[in-house]
Amino acid sequence: MNRFLLPLGLFVLLAVVLAIGIRHSPEKSIIASPLIGKPAPAFALPSLADPAHEVRSADLKGHWYLFNVWGTWCGECRAEHEMLLQVHQAGVVPIIGLDWKDDDTQAVAWLTQLGNPYQSVATDHSGRMAIDWGVYGAPETFLVSPEGVVVYKHVGALTPDTWTREILPRVSGLPAGKS
Amino acid sequence: MKRLGARTLLLSAWLSLAATYTAWAVDPTELPDPKLQARYVALTHELRCMQCQNEALADSPVDLAADLRREVRDQLLAGKSDDDIRAWMSARYGDFILFRPRYSLRNAWLWGAPAILLLIGALVCWRVVRTRMTLLPADHEPLEEDGQS
Amino acid sequence: MLPELGHFALILALLLAGLQAFFGIAGPAFARERWTSAVTPAVAGQAVMVATAVVCLVTSFVGNDFSVLYVAENSNSALPLFYRVAALWGAHEGSLLLWILLLAAWTVAVALGSGRLPPRFAGRVLGVLGVVSFGFLLFTLATSNPFLRLDPPAPDGRDLNPILQDPGLAVHPPILYTGYVGFSVAFAFACAAMLEGRLDQNWARWTRPWTTSAWAFLTCGIALGSFWAYYELGWGGFWFWDPVENASFMPWLAGTALVHSLAVTDKRGLFKSWTLLLAILAFSLSLLGTFLVRSGVLVSVHSFAADPTRGIFILAFLIIMIGGALALYAWRAPLLRSTAGFELGSRESFLLFNNVLLVTALGTVFAGTLAPLISDALKLGTLSVGPPYFNPTFMISMLPLLALLSVGIHANWKRGRLKDSQRTLLLTFVAAAVLGCGYVFGLYSHAHLLSAVGATLAVWIVLSSLVDPIDRWRRGLTLPRAVLGMTVAHIGLAIAAFALTAVQSFTIERDVALAPGQTAKVGDYEIRFEGVRPVEGPNYDAVGGTLVVTRHGAPVAVMAPQKRRYWVQHTVKSETAIRWHRGNNVLLALGEDLGSGRWSIRVQIRPLVSLVWIAAFIMALGGALAASDRRYRTARALAPAPEAVAGAQTG
Repeated sequence: MNRFLLPLGLFVLLAVVLAIGIRHSPEKSIIASPLIGKPAPAFALPSLADPAHEVRSADLKGHWYLFNVWGTWCGECRAEHEMLLQVHQAGVVPIIGLDWKDDDTQAVAWLTQLGNPYQSVATDHSGRMAIDWGVYGAPETFLVSPEGVVVYKHVGALTPDTWTREILPRVSGLPAGKS
Repeated sequence: MKRLGARTLLLSAWLSLAATYTAWAVDPTELPDPKLQARYVALTHELRCMQCQNEALADSPVDLAADLRREVRDQLLAGKSDDDIRAWMSARYGDFILFRPRYSLRNAWLWGAPAILLLIGALVCWRVVRTRMTLLPADHEPLEEDGQS
Repeated sequence: MLPELGHFALILALLLAGLQAFFGIAGPAFARERWTSAVTPAVAGQAVMVATAVVCLVTSFVGNDFSVLYVAENSNSALPLFYRVAALWGAHEGSLLLWILLLAAWTVAVALGSGRLPPRFAGRVLGVLGVVSFGFLLFTLATSNPFLRLDPPAPDGRDLNPILQDPGLAVHPPILYTGYVGFSVAFAFACAAMLEGRLDQNWARWTRPWTTSAWAFLTCGIALGSFWAYYELGWGGFWFWDPVENASFMPWLAGTALVHSLAVTDKRGLFKSWTLLLAILAFSLSLLGTFLVRSGVLVSVHSFAADPTRGIFILAFLIIMIGGALALYAWRAPLLRSTAGFELGSRESFLLFNNVLLVTALGTVFAGTLAPLISDALKLGTLSVGPPYFNPTFMISMLPLLALLSVGIHANWKRGRLKDSQRTLLLTFVAAAVLGCGYVFGLYSHAHLLSAVGATLAVWIVLSSLVDPIDRWRRGLTLPRAVLGMTVAHIGLAIAAFALTAVQSFTIERDVALAPGQTAKVGDYEIRFEGVRPVEGPNYDAVGGTLVVTRHGAPVAVMAPQKRRYWVQHTVKSETAIRWHRGNNVLLALGEDLGSGRWSIRVQIRPLVSLVWIAAFIMALGGALAASDRRYRTARALAPAPEAVAGAQTG
């Protein structure tokens, strides 16, 4: 083969890589979570409703739950709230909230005012728990199996599309489609 | 010493609540042991801020970066090694948090690139020079008297 | 009215570019004289239309016409006039228009300077440039029209990003782009030669000044960007191996190799296919850089608004242009053989080694920059690459290059005769070692072996480069501009290497927390914090700190870094205070208010850092000197070369 075809050949390879890059680029800012398929980090944090009590991951074993990281300072969390209320109403999967680096009084007021979609809310004042879950920007939502394994993570406000395509099928034991 | 005027205080408060931050963080953490401090500085420069993804932990002004820097500091004081800390970070955020790609088989092509390229380059040089040296005796074309340029 | 005029002008420019491309390539191909001579008017027309469009947009900015979307997004009525003009290239659409304007300018320059070129060849060169113009104009009109209207018009604009509100902004993109775009000329020359089926030493001679001037501009552009980042972004860094920085550095590396390869082709008719390939590579990297910044495939500080649709368009453009050129290469290059010979120790050899090392450096930067993409595409997971990868791998190629430069500079063409220079080599090396190690170990208590190596190699280059010019001067010989330019450029490189060695080895960085009246000791300097006070600016409010800097007790300066908050975009930006003192750069920046008057403050002492940029400008000056040598404008009298390719005389 003509060795002068080599540059062209290499360029074609590069073009393929770039094309794949473009196809994947909407997801570029979303980093794949290394927690998928691994046991969810254990937690025992003060509850927002009653700081004397704890919200514990051990108590949640045995059924599916959504772990939603939010804060009153987070604009997109506000936008997502409506969706979370609908999920709560559907009654299929409980939502456990993690109030990330927030003020307790403000959080309580927020939930009273806007409605509370959470079965319980754990407060993370130090930010340590959020780090353990690999959170880098609220809101983020994790789906945890009855065995305590993280099976799915959604970054950003929860959308109806994600709910129907990714969360609901998994909870019902059906294969989940890629959105 | 002048007392800070109300205006300055207000401005400082305003600055710290800023919506967008195009500045960076100044991190006056000082660990007691200079060796630990050096490791702290090195590590915080080697880890990426996951929120402002173009900045290192050392430079990013966001809360998450401050939390993660504190984490690095605590772990260093607890006696963890640099590798331990890096592993701890990637277990939570993936390899993307590392500015230095891991030395693994998967990344062998990247770290091996300079060596591979140099090898290919050396081979090319060898072949070309050899060919030209053999052509030299038959080459009687006169050279322009420019000498060296 | 004006925006519509501008839009219309762009459409006309597109048509004229198309004509320019058609006449330029089809004319010589089908031997139609009339078509070939129609190229120059098309060039002129396109340039006028592009200039008209730019004037329309500038006028919209200056006149605060917020019915134009681009103006509304990037300007504001409180923005000083100077920045209202510079805001033209503050975002994606406008910067593309700048690209197109500069491409038109280079094309006009080539048209004016092509008097001595054979008309068919000149036609082809301008034709290829026309294809590039056409592509960019089409891209702009289809996906990035700067003249889109806003209805109803905005009451005021969103303001220019505060980071860009700086004199550096006015200069950095235009100069950088001039360099970037300038490589299209070398590319056009290469394509014209391939279309013609002939590439001789005259071709190299014509191409050299264009390539060297583009290279000089690019050098300046990169230096300005780095300098701007240093004092504007304020974290004291001046090179982060960010994808966009790499996007401008890779064409520079290819361009440097090209300049050297052209020298060999000019002098001996050798390395023809390498030169062609490098010309294609340099411009391809410019295009690739444009792609990377605007398509959202890579995470970067500089990213323009990422948009996959634009990415697809540019990718298509890349495939057509680069794929086309490389296909031409595969077709024509096999015919470009030469029977010239040279020795192992000859100048040709050393230039070959030089280029191999440059391409290796280029390859590692390329690999590191695209690693996230490649890893993702091959399903190898997410990868992240930063300075901890680039710094060591870049040095692996560069250190040998610096060493070989000092030796190769004495080598003669064809027969190296290095034996004659043995004594010179030894003397210069010893002197360099003494000076280099003297600096490193004499001035600093904690020096690394690598610092000594870097300093020695740098001084060696300076001494070696001066040998020939001094020798000529002593013998009363003339020093051609090209040789002078080469000497100056190499010395510039040496100074840069020396400065970089100093900065990398001896920088001191400390972040401190100080209350008013407290002093921190950093390196040899004492920094006393005097407190902060409010400051008001034209479109911002600020907190200004006062810091008294002394060295061993002796006063150095009073410095006033600021933290500014811009009214419109509510962004907070730090203004660093920088002072040059005894070869060191003292950099101070305000951090956070820690309460009760205490502030965190960043202090950096960087030795010789300013020399890095001065050295870059010296390199560019060398390039400019070399490019202006009149020799390049005279064709050499050549015997008909035996390798004037058989069967490739078409057109």
